[in-house]
Amino acid sequence: MNNLAAAFAGGKAFIAFIICGDPDLETSAACVRAAAENGADIIELGVPFSDPTSEGPEVQSANVRALRGGVTVDQIFAMLKNLRAEVAAPFVLRAYANVVFSYGIERFAAACAEAGVLGLVLTDVPFEEKEEFAAPCRACGVSLISVVTPASRGRIGRIAREAEGFLYAAAGRGEEGGLSSVIEEAKKVCPVPCVVWADIAAPAGAKALCGAEDGIAADTQPVRIAAKYGKQAPAHIGAFVKEIKAALR
Amino acid sequence: MTNPNGRFGIHGGQYVPEGLMNAVNELERAYDFYKQDAAFNAELSALLNDYAGRPSRLYYAAKMTQDLGGAKIYLKREDLNHTGAHKINNVLGQALLAKRMGKTRLIAETGAGQHGVATATAAALMGMECVVFMGEEDTKRQALNVYRMRLLGAEVVAVKSGTATLKDAVSAAMREWASRLSDTHYCLGSVMGPHPFPTIVRDFQAVISKEIKQQMLQKEGRLPDAVVACVGGGSNAIGSFYHFIKDKGVRLIGCEAAGRGVDTFETAATIATGKLGIFHGMKSYFCQDDQGQIAPVYSISAGLDYPGVGPEHAWLHDTGRAEYVPVTDGEAVDAFEYLARTEGIIPAIESAHAVAYAKKLAPQLGKDKIIVITVSGRGDKDCAAIARYRGEEIYE
Repeated sequence: MNNLAAAFAGGKAFIAFIICGDPDLETSAACVRAAAENGADIIELGVPFSDPTSEGPEVQSANVRALRGGVTVDQIFAMLKNLRAEVAAPFVLRAYANVVFSYGIERFAAACAEAGVLGLVLTDVPFEEKEEFAAPCRACGVSLISVVTPASRGRIGRIAREAEGFLYAAAGRGEEGGLSSVIEEAKKVCPVPCVVWADIAAPAGAKALCGAEDGIAADTQPVRIAAKYGKQAPAHIGAFVKEIKAALR
Repeated sequence: MTNPNGRFGIHGGQYVPEGLMNAVNELERAYDFYKQDAAFNAELSALLNDYAGRPSRLYYAAKMTQDLGGAKIYLKREDLNHTGAHKINNVLGQALLAKRMGKTRLIAETGAGQHGVATATAAALMGMECVVFMGEEDTKRQALNVYRMRLLGAEVVAVKSGTATLKDAVSAAMREWASRLSDTHYCLGSVMGPHPFPTIVRDFQAVISKEIKQQMLQKEGRLPDAVVACVGGGSNAIGSFYHFIKDKGVRLIGCEAAGRGVDTFETAATIATGKLGIFHGMKSYFCQDDQGQIAPVYSISAGLDYPGVGPEHAWLHDTGRAEYVPVTDGEAVDAFEYLARTEGIIPAIESAHAVAYAKKLAPQLGKDKIIVITVSGRGDKDCAAIARYRGEEIYE
């Protein structure tokens, strides 16, 4: 059992999503600490991209803000290396393919391993294109995390069977209802935990989602908190994580 | 030329979120079926001929030839098509395909507005709903086309994110498609995006080179020495090149928008200044910084103002089969005015990039050589913007 699997050992896991550099990396690092201290089982960190083609307006704006601050991939890895000593929860990165491709896939995978990043989610790399990225990641002990959605009919089994690290079941806005059947189908063949990726803004939302999944990730609320509170965001992120974790127990 | 995953050499592929995979696969299956369906092809041919006005003319530009004193120049008059550009070729094909797939709603991105107008036109013709995404900046540059789309019954969404130009319109259209797959077809306007779009759009535009070949053999009894076309995403260029790719004696020249120059940041010349990357569903060349962030490109031409290039062009560049040359705003505007005065033809500012390069090339070639320039669209839409470029305060 690697550390990613271990994060699911104590019941339903909660993954906090933080976009690196919004408003600056110092604040992001404090948000990571706050999320971990308040019980986040995995911390997922967004690597900003100029053109996040599949995100809603709030996450788009956060990417713009982070890039305006000049955040680079090397700075993100440096931040994570510093945090590794004090944060036990595993790190996962979320990025668009071009940022990783531009950095060099092998080099990116090696840097992940060095910074204690155990998983990588690439928004615009589907099952059919994954080996280009998954193989170099695997060689460094990093899992390329796959995604299934309610629009994945006929593909769920194939994707779930080859899932590494954990599997995301992601809903489009207003499609959260379709997720339970996706999870059920995936879990029949999936060798790793299945996690819901959805807009969970409050404990009630987390409770409402509770079903067969092994964990949940709040894809937008921490981003909203960072947008609203700026440098004061860490305390609010901590409170949010605490609430959701309590609801999952 | 293509394998089942839509690769052109190392370029192409399907780099889209999982939520779009069934949609692109469904489209591929439908296209593979209907491209061989006699009834589909007969209906498309009838539309192209009777509605869009094909075949478009191959016109011998005698005055321009004489003036430049070199190679004979022919103009492939895609500007004479219904809606005023080559875009209608692809749109009629995709709209017909969408209808066969049971879709009732077309969405599209547009830069200059030509593809949006063509899509709105096809939607009106076929009784489909239509939403066009256009960068807010472009809605200002091309206000007349915005009104034209609304007149045709389409909703135009001004996209404010990013640089508020073509790339942001593509991103917005992709988001919209992902959120509404059941009744909506994304009518992509160029040879870009995830497989199967680069192949579908190429096939629907290949009618241009098919006709050039026939018309040239008829008029001159031989193939041209060079075919010159402008390249943004590259649909009119690939259409103009396609049936000549195997004819190694025909030079294929794509003209990229250099904006204020390839040594400035205000350029959209992807092959001259970009590097290999992955964006908008495809692996190809993109203007980007050293962090892999997509560059905010610039060109006077809204239709060429895109940071990438279609994967088949990237491959034609890699193999050396086609040449790609940068043309600046200034050169394009000069050519815009030149063609108007010399031949009485006002080209789209996009097409003027091809005219500009041909002006340089023709005198270098002997009088026994032949150049075909694809005039991909007409320039009515650009008159006010060019007047402003020249310091005249005209607003439509």
